[in-house]
Amino acid sequence: MALVLTEEQQMLRDAARGFLDEKAPVSALRKLRDANDETGFSRDLWKEMAEMGWAGILVGEDYGGADFGFVGAGVLAEEMGRTLTASPFLSTSILAATALQKLGGEAQRQEHLPKISTGEAVFALAVDEARKHGPQKTAMKAEKHGNGFKLSGDKTFVADGQVADNIIVAARTAGAPGDAEGITLFLIDAAAKGISRERTVMVDSRGAARLKFDGVDATGDDVLGEVDGGLASLEGVLNAGRAGLAAEMSGAAQAAFTMTMDYLKERKQFGIEIGSFQALQHRAAHLYSEIELMKSVTLKALQDLDEHYGMAGIICSLAKAKAGEVAKLASQEAVQMHGGIGMTDEFDIGFYMKRIRVAQEMFGDAAFHADRLAAMRGY
Amino acid sequence: MSDLETFRKDTRAWLEENCPAEMRDGAGGEDNICWGGRNWQFQSEAQKTWLDRMAEKGWTVPAWPKEYGGGGLSKEEVKILKSEMRDMKARSPLESFGIWMLGPALLKYGTHEQKLHFLPPITRGEIRWCQGYSEPNAGSDLASLQCKCEDKGDHWLVNGQKVWTSYADESDWIFCLVRTDPKATKHNGISFLLIDMAAQGVSTKPIKLISGKSPFCETFFDDVKVPKEHAPGIGSIVGDLNRGWDVAKYLLTHEREMISAGGGGLFGGRGMGEIAASEIGLEAGRLADPMLRGKIAQAEIDGWAFLLTLERMKDEAKAGQGVGANSSMLKYYGTEFNKRRFELLMDSGGSEALEWEGERTQDGKLARSWLRTKANSIEGGTSEVQLNIIAKRILQLPGA
Ligand SMILES: Cc1cc2nc3c(=O)[nH]c(=O)nc-3n(C[C@H](O)[C@H](O)[C@H](O)COP(=O)(O)OP(=O)(O)OC[C@H]3O[C@@H](n4cnc5c(N)ncnc54)[C@H](O)[C@@H]3O)c2cc1C
Repeated sequence: MALVLTEEQQMLRDAARGFLDEKAPVSALRKLRDANDETGFSRDLWKEMAEMGWAGILVGEDYGGADFGFVGAGVLAEEMGRTLTASPFLSTSILAATALQKLGGEAQRQEHLPKISTGEAVFALAVDEARKHGPQKTAMKAEKHGNGFKLSGDKTFVADGQVADNIIVAARTAGAPGDAEGITLFLIDAAAKGISRERTVMVDSRGAARLKFDGVDATGDDVLGEVDGGLASLEGVLNAGRAGLAAEMSGAAQAAFTMTMDYLKERKQFGIEIGSFQALQHRAAHLYSEIELMKSVTLKALQDLDEHYGMAGIICSLAKAKAGEVAKLASQEAVQMHGGIGMTDEFDIGFYMKRIRVAQEMFGDAAFHADRLAAMRGY
Repeated sequence: MSDLETFRKDTRAWLEENCPAEMRDGAGGEDNICWGGRNWQFQSEAQKTWLDRMAEKGWTVPAWPKEYGGGGLSKEEVKILKSEMRDMKARSPLESFGIWMLGPALLKYGTHEQKLHFLPPITRGEIRWCQGYSEPNAGSDLASLQCKCEDKGDHWLVNGQKVWTSYADESDWIFCLVRTDPKATKHNGISFLLIDMAAQGVSTKPIKLISGKSPFCETFFDDVKVPKEHAPGIGSIVGDLNRGWDVAKYLLTHEREMISAGGGGLFGGRGMGEIAASEIGLEAGRLADPMLRGKIAQAEIDGWAFLLTLERMKDEAKAGQGVGANSSMLKYYGTEFNKRRFELLMDSGGSEALEWEGERTQDGKLARSWLRTKANSIEGGTSEVQLNIIAKRILQLPGA
């Protein structure tokens, strides 16, 4: 498959860009932050996005979705990255939709997927328990109890966990933390007894939460995929999230880069545009090259998810690692090349630096994925 | 079966039948290349057979038109041929500056007669070309070149010196940038001239590199008479008089693409991690040196991302989307990456990689290759020059 967007995908991108520039510029995120908004995103905006088919971009047509594939989802994530649009797109439309499409039983799909497509239901994926990503280290217990399970443990860094209607949570039905086997995914109503959530105000002003499960009841019907399905089925869902985050970071990095190039052409010191200084030109040209590499790996990861979902792990690690590093570089260079104004809250660049920091940490930072790639390649 | 599938099947069958077993070892690298030319000593009978058979089919330059000795294949067919050759680890039958650089320039700027005259001998490996661009005082600032070329009625008279001319001492002809109008501004008085190295007054002097080898030379022109026409109707200047800079620049984009592809050797053979694992060993399934493992993993990520970018740029060009100046980006990144790769290979090799002579290391093969890669970011325009071009042409930064 050619490593370019199809005409349809390009049209989606252009439409998304037009819409987001108008409806969800960075100032919208700023407003949410300044209002200390509890939801973390605008429900009205999310509804509009759902009406355009974005919320159900990965959902099959039988369930009211657009069935546009991972490349389509990546196109949207990238455009939302450009404007730093706050929405439950990652948590609900990528992670939960992938989990339900790939692992869900027919009843679960029928119950949940249409609500994802319409934007009615918000989901969250709760995996990590410690400060660094490590799905294999899952310790949260799901103990057999009668016909069902009792879930106990803590989860952290749960995107949109503060408002989610449903939570997909990874827990241990067997084995010990560190084992690849014995992990099971549950789909739980967020209002279930025993769940308490603490909204965590994050550096990027996006919604996230710490969750506490205290003997939460789950039945066999709440299991997503198979009991003891293990890391493998969870990794598939995480891979989709990683590729989505890579796409979002790619968009954010490109936007920060464009702002910086504009500034280099406009700001004057010593009587000339600062962009005429070779010290800055070479750094800009280097960053341009890195951004081109990031675009290539991100697109490849999304294409591979569409074409060989089960084998896309290594390429998703590649994309997440590369995008994380490049986007960080882009945000750092952006601040530095703007000088003092780059450090001000009034100016937008800081928002990019903050979101990129969070996105590169989520579901594994560059070091995590470099190590994962090395392991997969036998060293 | 689609046409392309049929083509793949036929190609595979033909290669199976015609590629000699000795040419299926995947060997690349400067030492194993068949360069061709009048002075060429084939390294084996198989090397000659392979060249002859491929040239006969036009597959030494599969994309060139048939009438000029090429294979007349479409981009998709070329891709298939290359992938089939890779799968059977077939060596390239022929590489040369004629194929990489002069050919593309002639195809774009040459007359039909020049193409008919000069291209087929390139495709058959009969004539080997070298590149006379750089001069002692014109390196990065190439357009300041001074090699003098005067109009003497029926011939040109050339006086001057070139330097860093790769393989000048082994080549049959040279494509040269010369100054035909000393009064014009520096980019406007240059012409692209083809000179027979056997002409009276052409001499070369090899220069030894840090790798211990002498692949390049100083080239001197003392009152060299170059006929205006090498044969009736075959002009010795390519493109218009005094417009040689256009030809030179176009050729450079091909040179850069070729050099940047060198960085891609990465996943064709064994990966860096695999090599390091076999040299240093594993502990609990992981490379025993964790710091090196980390560096290699980072490098593999960049190398892989670079290969995908080469692929994407090709696909974008096919779809009519690409940015022309991206050849500078690829040249910059690919060569810097290749240097990094060889640093890591040296790290993995440890003290053994430092042996310079002796059979164990094939006379310091790795060490010499490592040193050779340092030229990658200099030849064909330095990294700094590529960054200048990106800043100016792509990013359109002021004053660049
Ligand atoms: C192995 C090898 C093979 C070669 N083969 C050939 C060949 O076959 N034919 C041929 O014609 N030439 C050949 N070259 C020459 C090559 O193209 C030149 O060496 C190259 O263009 C650099 O020129 P220079 O050596 O004069 O360095 P200089 O131009 O003097 O550069 C010195 C340093 O200054 C930097 N610099 C120069 N200008 C700028 C600027 N504007 N901004 C920032 N930094 C700058 C350079 O990047 C470099 O780091 C070969 C070189 C090598 C190493």
